[in-house]
Amino acid sequence: MRRLLIALFLVLSVLPALAVNPDEVLSDPALEQRARNLSGQLRCMVCQNQSIDDSSAELARDLRVLVRERLANGDSDSQVIDYVVSRYGEFVLLKPRLSAKTVVLWAAPILLLVVGAIAIFVFVRTRPNQRTVAALTPEEQARIEELLKK
Amino acid sequence: MIVEIGHYALVLALATALILSILPVIGARRGDMAMMALATTGTLTIFLLVAFSFGALTWAYAVSDFSVRNVWENSHSLMPLIYKYSGVWGNHEGSMMLWLLILVFFSALVAVFGRNLPDSLKANVLAVQAWITVAFLLFILLTSNPFLRLDPAPAEGQDLNPVLQDFGLAVHPPLLYLGYVGFSVCFSFAVAALIEGRIDAAWARWVRPWTLGAWTFLTAGIAMGSYWAYYELGWGGWWFWDPVENASFMPWLAGTALLHSALVMEKREALKIWTVLLAIMTFSLSMLGTFLVRSGVLTSVHAFATDPTRGIFILCILAIFIGGAFILFAWRAPMLKAGGLFAPISREGALVLNNLILTVATATVLIGTLYPLILETLTGEKISVGAPFFNMTFGLLMLPLLIAVPFGPLLAWKRGDLLGALQRLYLFAALALLAGLAFYYVQNGGPVMAIFGLALGFWGMFGAIADLWYRGNFSKVGLAVGFRRLAGLPRSVFGTAIAHFGLGVTVLGIFSATLFGTETVVEMKPRATVDAGGYSLTFDGMREAVGPNFTEERGHFTVSRGGVAIADVWSSKRLYTARRMPTTEAGILTFGLSQLYVSLGDPMEGGGIVVRIWWKPFILCIWGGALIMMAGGFVSLSDRRLRVGAPSRKAKPVKATLEAAE
Repeated sequence: MRRLLIALFLVLSVLPALAVNPDEVLSDPALEQRARNLSGQLRCMVCQNQSIDDSSAELARDLRVLVRERLANGDSDSQVIDYVVSRYGEFVLLKPRLSAKTVVLWAAPILLLVVGAIAIFVFVRTRPNQRTVAALTPEEQARIEELLKK
Repeated sequence: MIVEIGHYALVLALATALILSILPVIGARRGDMAMMALATTGTLTIFLLVAFSFGALTWAYAVSDFSVRNVWENSHSLMPLIYKYSGVWGNHEGSMMLWLLILVFFSALVAVFGRNLPDSLKANVLAVQAWITVAFLLFILLTSNPFLRLDPAPAEGQDLNPVLQDFGLAVHPPLLYLGYVGFSVCFSFAVAALIEGRIDAAWARWVRPWTLGAWTFLTAGIAMGSYWAYYELGWGGWWFWDPVENASFMPWLAGTALLHSALVMEKREALKIWTVLLAIMTFSLSMLGTFLVRSGVLTSVHAFATDPTRGIFILCILAIFIGGAFILFAWRAPMLKAGGLFAPISREGALVLNNLILTVATATVLIGTLYPLILETLTGEKISVGAPFFNMTFGLLMLPLLIAVPFGPLLAWKRGDLLGALQRLYLFAALALLAGLAFYYVQNGGPVMAIFGLALGFWGMFGAIADLWYRGNFSKVGLAVGFRRLAGLPRSVFGTAIAHFGLGVTVLGIFSATLFGTETVVEMKPRATVDAGGYSLTFDGMREAVGPNFTEERGHFTVSRGGVAIADVWSSKRLYTARRMPTTEAGILTFGLSQLYVSLGDPMEGGGIVVRIWWKPFILCIWGGALIMMAGGFVSLSDRRLRVGAPSRKAKPVKATLEAAE
């Protein structure tokens, strides 16, 4: 990322007139970096499944410019996100916030992992005691197999 | 006329499949050899009929018969011949035909190579395959018929979607479907086992090659699709967590889990019920993927609501098969006997951990993909679940799995020695960390955490080597004896090591390309120069060119390093004449495993043009790793144990005479 910034910086400083979309790229590399990070989190509203960072749509461009304007005005990252959400709704966030309606989405992986682990634990525990089984002689094992088959 | 015969062949296939859905099952119940043998001939008949039908459609495309509606909609007389062929499956109806063709192809494979299966199991498996065939034949004939005619016939076609006019499309769907639909065999085996109420280690041995084959093709299909998206879509991304991608990724994750749990079942007779459940779930996810992609429900819930025939039809197929299989499972699974015991720290235990994580990862992708749809349907509220969500949740889940992978093969069955495995691996772990550091140093910059990501990739690679190293016992017996020992090992051991190595390579590529890649966006005029990834690109100007069915503007760039010109790149913007649709064709230059990716944007006032240049260090590792995994799959598939298959069947003279009579 640092190299990207250096590259951007070089391009901007040496050939200012040639820089792409001068209204978009910010002169401050740190701000531009934050803008890129935020753009990756925001959905292009008219695209299928693209962030505004990836999209070439007009609307995505407007949103990118908006994000940069807010950042240049001194907004924090979360303030920018809040502002964009207030204008476009939750739909604009590619990573939805934790709320009543997304709690299942966020909790599911953790919950499944825990439930799965408990299920395995219980399953292993309720099976015949390991030590007893280990103490069986091969003849006894064979006899059990035979009984089980019946 | 050929088209009509093709249509008719499809109807005949449906009739045959209907018969095949019932008679072999009754035969298996009654022990009626003749009825069971019907399954084999019937399956081959269906395959020939569907293959003929598919051939008829392909013929219509090859000769550009625009009186066939499907051809008119998706082809053009000037299109290169290869795209006329691949265009057959570049649309909804044709891709369902390909789905069906591959389904009956797999049924035919079971019919031919399943000679050593018990007769009743084989009959049941083929009958279940026939049920699926009936469902999809009905779907094609009733809602997605590719053989409908147009009258009067138009003089020229509407052309194939330009994005699909690519070699990638010729290869990607067949590979993907070979994987996707290949899991149907596992599903049929699971359902057949439930019908019979009997399942043993031999069952797992019969199922494993099919799982392995399907998994291998699916790996190739997904990797191919990812690379295709990477170079065709023109913004340098290679995985977007798009619902369509997720649809193919979920069966892959579940299939990977199945591959590992079937191993436990085959070797130790444990995890029987779980393996059967996984086999059902994997193909259910394949069908769910088909529903998601084919019903249009992903584009928007409303688009689905306005023309729901196809969607509802597949939804019914889904409900019947998945619901039916689960009901059968709930009813029959308790009859299956539990198998071998094992301690938590053991090979089995490691494979259970693998299954736990992979299953939760599958569920996470599934929930993330469906959540917006379900929420909108229930409450009308719209939310998005995109790449940032999946990267976070899926990434966190994969972390422990990737760390654990090298331990698995080093643990013994039944009761393993974790401390021993640690002692054997710590040197390899140190090496991995060192390699990560060295890589980081060479890349010269980037976040410090990157070292651990890189080391994780190397850990996967070195762990696979460690597995072979200790199996050959190289440290004690020396190189010569070690290699002789390795030569004596079954091929599946190498398959495992190769596939795990490939996984490490992919992880390395992912971290390297995302953490060390650079992006440069500039407006360039002719003779302007830009630096990217240690190379300088000089823009030489634009040139007009005309292709068979498109016109293009090609930008020429000279790439130089240290003032010396070393290569040329052309990056172009095409306009496909029939659909007036523009596409970008990225210029990609490969240096070793790294790539320079040049994509053209909009022309600016004053003769300049926007150029986007990405430097992607070691990005080829991502797909190279997948290819290595695939190679691992094939090596494992060539294992003698799987080739020869099941234990030798007792001689059955009845069957022999039947075959002679045929």
